[in-house]
Amino acid sequence: MENRVVITGLGVVSPNGIGLTDFTHAIKNGISGVEFYPHLKDLGFSCCIGGKPKVSEELKREYLTELQLRGFNSSGILYGCMAGMDAWKDAGFSISETTDYDSGTIFGAGTSGIERFREAIYKVDDKQVRRLGSTVVAQTMASGVSAYLGGILGLGNQVTTNSSACTTGTEAILMGFDRIKAGRAKRMIVGGTSDEGPYVWGGFDAMRVLTYKHNESPEKGSRPMSASASGFVPGSGAGALVLESLESALERNATIYAEILGGEVNSGGQRNGGSMTAPNSESVQRCIKKAVENSNIKASDIDAINGHLTATIKDFTEIENWSQALDLKGDDFPYINSLKSMVGHCLSASGAIESVASVLQIQNNFIFPNINCEDLNEEIISLISADKIPQKLIEKEINIVAKASFGFGDVNGCIIFKKIKK
Amino acid sequence: MSDKIEMIDELKILIKPYIQDEEAYKNLHEDTDFIEDLKINSANLVDIILDIEDKYDIDIDNDSMDKMLSVKAALEIIKIKVAEK
Repeated sequence: MENRVVITGLGVVSPNGIGLTDFTHAIKNGISGVEFYPHLKDLGFSCCIGGKPKVSEELKREYLTELQLRGFNSSGILYGCMAGMDAWKDAGFSISETTDYDSGTIFGAGTSGIERFREAIYKVDDKQVRRLGSTVVAQTMASGVSAYLGGILGLGNQVTTNSSACTTGTEAILMGFDRIKAGRAKRMIVGGTSDEGPYVWGGFDAMRVLTYKHNESPEKGSRPMSASASGFVPGSGAGALVLESLESALERNATIYAEILGGEVNSGGQRNGGSMTAPNSESVQRCIKKAVENSNIKASDIDAINGHLTATIKDFTEIENWSQALDLKGDDFPYINSLKSMVGHCLSASGAIESVASVLQIQNNFIFPNINCEDLNEEIISLISADKIPQKLIEKEINIVAKASFGFGDVNGCIIFKKIKK
Repeated sequence: MSDKIEMIDELKILIKPYIQDEEAYKNLHEDTDFIEDLKINSANLVDIILDIEDKYDIDIDNDSMDKMLSVKAALEIIKIKVAEK
């Protein structure tokens, strides 16, 4: 028999709030975490704004030891460890002295230790390879974040990192879900993290997909679904969820945030309009439809959608895909929001941070507001009712949230979260 | 002799970040083994050597590095390399 899979712990390190209390407050109140970074301006970036979590040196030391922090320069690993450790604690677990074979992690990343990698490259080119020290590999291997987290917590089940561009976080959740469903683990810490700064964001700046119009007004820069959307704002951070079999959660009387009913990952194969950077709409719709189908719900059961919605001209295409996949439009369309309006696009962490936000909506019965879309895109509101794009906090019973992410490589992921009735 | 005590004290400060056995560290003496006694992760030995190189402005070659597993060996190699400067 297949296990039902529930969420028993959450952790988040977001540009607009670290930890569940601050993050919940921020998303309910539409608080932006986007700031202007003079360093990006000095480097000649067109887009000089971004979203970074504000982590003090003191806070870092609550998670990593002095020894771990020696020569440490990896924002992604730091954020991932913080979110993962917080989620684990939130689920009621402590750090295991022995190897815990029932628990593992699938923690996604786009790059690892890109800042440390830069330092290492300079040293190697300067013929200083012998002076690299012992931690370059651990910090720059793609699986750095899961390796650190697995070691800190003593995880003995699968410990790995997935990577699928901006779908990474969402995919990690579904991979952990599959593993628990199949009975191969009792608990999986799943999530995604992203490095930050010029070496990650530069490539996007060069592609001209970032907004360059809001360097003077950073908090207004990320404008999903608005008529004035002019490109995304880059972000960073991490989100983590503890997934657990329902049986295990009930046995230990754990707090259950929500159940994962089902989901789907697929790719458009970069055919039929899909490319390295643009989605094949047919596959996006197929992904959403399959997720709804294998969750055994009707499209009309969905209370809210947490979109990918990055604030580019593709926002309308995404809404169109949701509308066609669910066969819902106008007033029948579910509420829809985009966390990116507040934190920017946290890349490989986005799906995970946004899933934490989605689950918090179910647990606390609210739909967080979209900011920066006073001027809604006309095409979008000709398809779905403007009322379905909340710009103020809505407090109401939320049972089912659909979350999707789409990434470079024409990859898609969609998850269905549902409240579990006591 | 006081020279040696001084060097041990200096070494003690350098290796402190890496030790995982406080008791053995407190009682550190010439025969203390970095891995066996201080439970230093073997991967960190290269970091200790880099820190020693910086402190004394010396280069420690690969052969010497392989031998630096105890306080005694470290002191001897530092002495030789400093003298060679």
